[in-house]
Amino acid sequence: MDALSSVLVVLDSTLRLSIPLLCACLAGLWSERSGVVDIGLEGKLLAAAFAAGAAAHLTGSAWMGLLAGIGASVALALVHGFASITQRGNQIVSGVAINMLAAGLTATIGNAWYGQGGRTPPLEGAGRFEGVLLGHSALVYIALAMVPVTAFVLARTRFGLRLRAVGEKPAAVDTAGISVTALRYAAVVVAGVLCGLGGTYLAAALSAGFLPGMTAGRGFIALAALIFAKWRAWPALGACLLFGFLEAMSIRLQGVPLPGIGEVPVQAIQAMPYVITVLLLAGFGGRAIPPRAAGVPYVKER
Amino acid sequence: MNPAIELIKIDKSFGPVHANRAVDLRVERGTIHGIVGENGAGKSTLMSILYGFYEADSGEIRVNGEPVRIRSSADAIEAGIGMVHQHFMLVETLTVLENVMLGAEGGALLARGTARVRAELRRLSDDYGLVIDPDAEVGDLSVGLQQRVEIIKALYRGADILILDEPTAVLTPPEAEALFGLLRALRAQGKTVILITHKLHEIMAITDRVSVMRRGEMVAHLNTASTSPPELAEAMVGRRVLLRVEKGARAPGAPLLEVEGLSVADMLGVFRVQDVSFQVRAGEIVGIAGVAGNGQSELLEAIAGMRPVAAGTIRFEGRELAAEDRDPHELRRRGLLHVPEDRLRMGLVPQFEAFESAALGFTDDPAFARGPLLDHGRMVEDLAAKMEKYDVRPPSPRLKTSLFSGGNQQKIVLAREIERGPKVLLIGQPTRGVDIGAIEFIHRRLVELRDAGVGILLVSVELEEVMSLSDRILVLCGGRLTGERRPDGTDERDLGLLMAGVEDAA
Repeated sequence: MDALSSVLVVLDSTLRLSIPLLCACLAGLWSERSGVVDIGLEGKLLAAAFAAGAAAHLTGSAWMGLLAGIGASVALALVHGFASITQRGNQIVSGVAINMLAAGLTATIGNAWYGQGGRTPPLEGAGRFEGVLLGHSALVYIALAMVPVTAFVLARTRFGLRLRAVGEKPAAVDTAGISVTALRYAAVVVAGVLCGLGGTYLAAALSAGFLPGMTAGRGFIALAALIFAKWRAWPALGACLLFGFLEAMSIRLQGVPLPGIGEVPVQAIQAMPYVITVLLLAGFGGRAIPPRAAGVPYVKER
Repeated sequence: MNPAIELIKIDKSFGPVHANRAVDLRVERGTIHGIVGENGAGKSTLMSILYGFYEADSGEIRVNGEPVRIRSSADAIEAGIGMVHQHFMLVETLTVLENVMLGAEGGALLARGTARVRAELRRLSDDYGLVIDPDAEVGDLSVGLQQRVEIIKALYRGADILILDEPTAVLTPPEAEALFGLLRALRAQGKTVILITHKLHEIMAITDRVSVMRRGEMVAHLNTASTSPPELAEAMVGRRVLLRVEKGARAPGAPLLEVEGLSVADMLGVFRVQDVSFQVRAGEIVGIAGVAGNGQSELLEAIAGMRPVAAGTIRFEGRELAAEDRDPHELRRRGLLHVPEDRLRMGLVPQFEAFESAALGFTDDPAFARGPLLDHGRMVEDLAAKMEKYDVRPPSPRLKTSLFSGGNQQKIVLAREIERGPKVLLIGQPTRGVDIGAIEFIHRRLVELRDAGVGILLVSVELEEVMSLSDRILVLCGGRLTGERRPDGTDERDLGLLMAGVEDAA
């Protein structure tokens, strides 16, 4: 009985910890399948978490928090879009800038407003998302639903076809009479919405308020999951659940000696997502080929 | 009847480059109209304007007599214009079906459009023999089939006017014949075809009328039936040119380069060259013909020491090259020089000033050294002398390499390698992207080297070039030698069969 309940607890927290990863991973999927590399996932999650924490506290409504979280994340996504699509800048540099901007701004503004070292005040009652089914909040089910939605849109709709094409060969899309710029902006905005969802979940469902740096590298683990999933939606769910499971285990195994091995350092388990990704990139388990035009600004050639 | 296309005083500049000057063009409906000109004459720019890739600075476009404004490819498609680009505009990871649909999906969900495309593909395959598997991934198709997908794409969008930009550059002769058959069938159905090419024999074989461009201007509009290749060549260049390379009888000497049972594998372990054996003797040009991507590049790079050899031996001046000798630097020191196929990727550094590019690989030459430093003054002088000899324009050693035209870049690479006194010269695609005037010069220079006793291994996808320069022709297909010919004992059809992999019966 004790063993069974341990398993259930681990599975439960696996799902909880996977949701922010899943949101960010799908966000990355949309962006990169359109040819825009997004390492600013972390920054968007963080900005969304802060905006959601502040707005939910102010209004007392978790849903207003979600709206604010999505708004903040989409605003950063548009900055990234402007830099990398309109201005054809370096997408990595733009992403890094967004990460730094979000890390600095959230802590600074948070401290100026609330004077609690950057935290937002604790959320209570309707300011937090409560469990609606099996103890999980609505955001969990919205995020899970995004997996089949993403898979369907990419495979079966006009928008999805064009999106896949523009990430592989923008010139083919351009000569077919379709705007490369509009498609990529659309994808970047979708990525913003998804990160907004993930960030809000962190601040208003998983925790009860914003903490500086609370994303703790999840945006980067999501990128690793994206590579692991080879830029496909269902495998992305699998990868995020796996990485969420490893995170849950690292919490569970703190200070617990394993038979025959002894006490496993927490850091070793926390490093697993990265180790798995490196192994994958090194050629184990098939090659992970990114969308061909990812990271390359589209310029009409002479 | 109104002409299908009428261009009136089209003008277009890119910064200081005046790509099209007051260009007029009239293409009658239901004809095949050729446009010829040297590289950089403005053909592709003109067609890009017609297809909405660029907008003209001034001028007017009329389609079927109606003035139209074409600001994007969508406008061109709307006007019934379709284009088959030289570099295919296909998404390789998508299927044929998805590529054909892209931009003409027929609804937010793909399901309905899919059925329509399938029906249309069947109709096109019945009408024109354009057979293709709709569910094949485009990246898995041969180049000829990919081109077919491009044509189907244009026809599916309802194109009445089809522009083809250098369509045969990537095809084997039989594939090119098949393409011409298709173009004739399209003409018979009343479609209008515009064919951009620099191959005069294609113009003669298939077009009804031909327009000649030179330096951004239209210089002649001719009826194909009443013109000739020399007349066209003269119009393109502005002076008389020799289409044939003049060369004397050969007097080959001792074997300089002997390749035996050579196999080369790529990074994935796939064999790109298999069991190839041949010799290059002093004073002889050996040409390697083949469709691009059949192992020529790998063969050349392996001999030049740039790629590991999987099996077989290479002998240079009678001595076998051990693995440790097969180093590009060591080989060049010993007189085996290499003009790589892709000069911008392997032969030059586009961002360098020309004199720096011209010293690549020879930077440890004492003539360029001043103590441990490079002597820029002497490097500049050295290139200035070569530029004069090779007629490089402009003769400015300090100009950035990328600012020279393709032909002049090629001359810089050639001068660098040839002036080092090679014993064996490996040369890939010597005239790719080079205009007729420079081609003539390069060909003459190669023949001079041959007559001086240099052994030359020439790789080119231009069959005419291989046939006119070589003393012996080897044909590669799928990494294997499929035959050897003497240029006077063969023709394009014969070589085409070998290039397509029909093994030599003899």
